[in-house]
Amino acid sequence: MIVSTNTPQIRISQAQLQPEPGSPDGKRPGGTDAQEASEVRTFLLGRGNSALADRGFRWLMVLCALSIFGIVVLIVAELVMRSSLVWSKFHFDFFYKAYFDPDTGLPNYWDPVNGHFSALPFVYGTVVSSLLSLVLAVPLAIGVAVFLTEMCPQWLRGPLAFVTELLAAIPSIIYGLWAMWVLVPIMRVYLNPALVKFLGWTGFFADDNPTGLGFVTAAIILAIMILPIISSLTREVMTAVPYSQREAVLALGATRWEMIRMGVLRNARIGIVGAVILGLGRALGETMAVTMVIGNAPEIHRSLLSNGYSMASVIANEFTEAVSDLHRSALMEIGLALFIVTIIVNALAQFLVWAVTRGAPARVN
Amino acid sequence: MRGLADGTVTALAILATVLVITPLVAIFGYLVYKGASSLNLAFFTQIPKPVGEVGGGMANAILGSGILLGMASALGVPVGIGGGIFLAEFGRGTKLANAIRFTADVLNGVPSIVMGLAAYSLIVVPQNHFSAFSGGVALGIMMIPTVCRTTEEMLLMVPHAVREAALGLGVPNWRSVLSITVKTASPGIITGCMLAFARVAGETAPLIFTALGNSFWSISPNEPIAALPLQIWVYALSPYDDWHRLAWAGALVLIILIVAAVSLVRFVASRGILKGAS
Repeated sequence: MIVSTNTPQIRISQAQLQPEPGSPDGKRPGGTDAQEASEVRTFLLGRGNSALADRGFRWLMVLCALSIFGIVVLIVAELVMRSSLVWSKFHFDFFYKAYFDPDTGLPNYWDPVNGHFSALPFVYGTVVSSLLSLVLAVPLAIGVAVFLTEMCPQWLRGPLAFVTELLAAIPSIIYGLWAMWVLVPIMRVYLNPALVKFLGWTGFFADDNPTGLGFVTAAIILAIMILPIISSLTREVMTAVPYSQREAVLALGATRWEMIRMGVLRNARIGIVGAVILGLGRALGETMAVTMVIGNAPEIHRSLLSNGYSMASVIANEFTEAVSDLHRSALMEIGLALFIVTIIVNALAQFLVWAVTRGAPARVN
Repeated sequence: MRGLADGTVTALAILATVLVITPLVAIFGYLVYKGASSLNLAFFTQIPKPVGEVGGGMANAILGSGILLGMASALGVPVGIGGGIFLAEFGRGTKLANAIRFTADVLNGVPSIVMGLAAYSLIVVPQNHFSAFSGGVALGIMMIPTVCRTTEEMLLMVPHAVREAALGLGVPNWRSVLSITVKTASPGIITGCMLAFARVAGETAPLIFTALGNSFWSISPNEPIAALPLQIWVYALSPYDDWHRLAWAGALVLIILIVAAVSLVRFVASRGILKGAS
């Protein structure tokens, strides 16, 4: 996690390498610097007498780089192959249809022993807990980013950035441990009764789960976990907004908030959306902490306080003890779905963040 | 009115920052409070006792984590650095390099549990048994994209004049890349490797069905092996108070290791060792 929070800084440094807008080959990434250099370098490279070693070294490096493609292809191939059993039996029904018990009329989504498999409750749980965590995390993350870039005194900026970085470095399992022993009791005793009392009329907070586990608990711990990445990326795109924008708005007599709203947030909004989507990608795939607090019940309830399950959790919990090949294959299929969804979400997010920071003039704080 | 809005937003931003710091303080505080009381010499020297017996430690899990991380680094660091060298030195500006960069960033966000599934079907299924090796591969694969991207970033900071000076002296290109460019950027590259290392050190999900866990000493790469995060998970879900105590102690050890790595990295980065180069 922590490393990926650094990736935007990488883009900034690339931006530094980019040529001035007026230069002849302004479109080319790597710009004038590489262009000028390459003539000298081609000359020097042509003089060497180590063509064989150079070529070998070059191919070795290409191989290393291509291994990244290889990993993606391997993951897809393996997951598709191992989940073919379920795919050939259920096709897309796996993700939205459920088996209804003829006696009781109640849905029986996930019954490995009797061979009923439907990923519906897991998809539901993953979507609900992730979206809920975004609702909690996004305003806070933007608040922190605004504070750190626009308001914070210089001496406080470093330590605060370090603290958010630390938050990203804590492993999932420790968040889960803390949530199990500290957050769950708090939810059980204070927060859940309060939610039922004040928001019970909406129908989303029913008083039917005395454990303190459930979607809301999972969403809170998820929100804590995805906050650092959203806030550091937001900070990055806000930093990429040129000073002249801020100065122009201030010169028109705006207050600081109006300057932030008109000069910064409006210019950075695409990148902020990208940061939020990247946070969503993390929330979708988060496993351990969610597994420990979501309640692990393959059911669908309207109440957000009831127990649920998520796609990653069911894999973590059941894979080693899968009762049949079909069961294992179903879990693989869930893994494949998770992989495809996170790839799409991440690609979209990278694209949006990239769109904002790419052409930005470099500004070192 | 506008002043009021301004003041409100400032207050809200400060409130948000405080709200974000609270869980960090709470987690660290509770961890130290619960973990420190359970840490003792036995924790570092003994293996887990059977259910019902008090005491025991996680020595085998600490060793197991070390072995797994060693294997992961042996796979992830060279391949990652190689990929980074290609992106920065050979592929700069080409379509292939852009595609690889994009794929690496996307791969970075793939859930760790999926990496575990992939390692399971790649290694555990053909071998027909769980093994430390498969766990090491799962973690190693996770390290590659992060190491690759930080290496590239650090190499880009090395000025062209340094490369040309080396080439001008008649040094072959591969030698100039390895002993001049990479060496100049090495503090940054080491930083990136440490960060990737710290990230996978706490991973549990990819190990559940690859390394599996083990309550005895094991150093063989062909057998299931214990790992600190896995052991914490098993103990946290157990119904025994003594095991919960050990889980907290394990969590404290894990977090100390990770925070030490991150702080060290930050210290090295803030000293600006690369400043002289750029």
